[in-house]
Amino acid sequence: MNASKKLLIIGGLALGIWAMGFGLYYAVFIEHQTLDQIGSSLASGFTFAAQRHLPEARAALAASAQGTYVYVRQVDAHGHWIGLAMLLIVLGAAFDRVGFGERLRFFLALGLFVGAVTFPLGVLLETVSRGFGPKFLAIAGSALIIFSLAGIAAGFARASEP
Amino acid sequence: MLSPPHATHESPASFPPLGARRTFVIGGILLILAGVIFGDIFAVFVLHQNGARISGSFSAATHAVAMGNAAGVAVAFQNIGDFLESRGTKVDAHVHMIGFGYLALMLALLQPMIALSEIAKKRLAALFLAGAVLLPVGVFLIHYVGLTDSPFAAIGWASIFADLGGVLVFVVGVGEFAGLWRYWRSRTQPAVPDELSRGRSWSSRALLAGGALLVLIGFLHGAYYAGFHLYASEAKDQALVSSMAIGAASNQPLAAARALRDYDQLQVAQAVNVAAHSHIIEFGILAILLGLFQPYVYLSERWKRIWAILLLAGSFILPVFVFMELRWGLVAGGIADVGGLLVVIALFGMLTGILRYTGRLDAANEIVR
Repeated sequence: MNASKKLLIIGGLALGIWAMGFGLYYAVFIEHQTLDQIGSSLASGFTFAAQRHLPEARAALAASAQGTYVYVRQVDAHGHWIGLAMLLIVLGAAFDRVGFGERLRFFLALGLFVGAVTFPLGVLLETVSRGFGPKFLAIAGSALIIFSLAGIAAGFARASEP
Repeated sequence: MLSPPHATHESPASFPPLGARRTFVIGGILLILAGVIFGDIFAVFVLHQNGARISGSFSAATHAVAMGNAAGVAVAFQNIGDFLESRGTKVDAHVHMIGFGYLALMLALLQPMIALSEIAKKRLAALFLAGAVLLPVGVFLIHYVGLTDSPFAAIGWASIFADLGGVLVFVVGVGEFAGLWRYWRSRTQPAVPDELSRGRSWSSRALLAGGALLVLIGFLHGAYYAGFHLYASEAKDQALVSSMAIGAASNQPLAAARALRDYDQLQVAQAVNVAAHSHIIEFGILAILLGLFQPYVYLSERWKRIWAILLLAGSFILPVFVFMELRWGLVAGGIADVGGLLVVIALFGMLTGILRYTGRLDAANEIVR
């Protein structure tokens, strides 16, 4: 088995196990509590508004929005890691049908793997910092995935019937 | 349907009756079929009705704020929570069924490289299917079982069984990875040459290239949405919720009503973008997987091409017309459902071919004995 195929399959399996472990930990210890916090803050915001306590209402609605911001990114990171892990394994299984030389195939595989790790990591880090770093990581990761995928799609189309 | 003359190089040893690979392939396609059919039923009979109920409850909450009725707000939010849970658990069940179907097909691909005994591989495959069924069924039941007789404050029995399903799948993942690690450490060649690696038919190549293209389109759309709309959409969401509550409390009923209407539209736009993005990528992965399994589809090349084209067409139509729901409403939704139906028909067609292949293989095996 060549290096590009091995990188995609082992990398995909490792990423998938990591993502499932993260998802399991998240579902048991964080998700339910986060959803409760989002829902109760939103309801509190409207309740305070009904009682004409507007500063408290604004604070509760802001807390709900912050909770939603974090929740969306945590779920996105988990979902994208799992999805990308599957993509890595599937493409790894079919990678000898990409009609390029092994050197180019390895770079395409490396780009896809690095992107698959860094893009969701950047999304997850956005929950810690709203600065440029996490956004850059997410954008760079997704760009790597897009360019690698374009190359792989072209490689599949280029491959001919033996 | 004629028997294909080219499908004569298969090895019964790599696809034995009740073997791990056969369990993963057939179980995986059945899981995907169940997930797609469940998703289509959910989209037609639950999704839009549920959205209307959530919108109605937000309207009731806003009205209760205007009236200074805190108890009315509590009731409205209780209803919103119930409707969101009902929708969320059904979406989760749909997504996990399909996701586990993909995982099963991938594990089927890897079976020749899993250095474990056939009995261990069979047990892992059975354990996987148990977890892959338990998790979505458990998630689906969360809304209906709730916290009845639960020993925990926030997690009910359905959720516990769903998590158990997740643990089973996780254990299988670790076991398969260990088998793969042993294979690479042993430096031996596979005992059974993999007939799947020889598939280079037109249908196989079309599914591989078409699938990669669908995934690429999905990523481009996702990157565009995240780059140009996500943050603005989140800020607008927060501003509109605030306008509903604060506007209603400040005797500005028109502002609150306008915010409520805009909020509904924003929710639809967000849901449609996410659904289009995820569906086109998932169907792309499905096409690639099925491209790899074409040597097992024991049909004439003409029929294999028909199923491949139908699958790619449905995989493109569904997400594109889900996206077009923003402009064309339910008409686009109906066309999207037809796309889903095309995928289901193509999957049934390919599954039929795989079942024919297993029957032929088993019959040949009996004759040899």
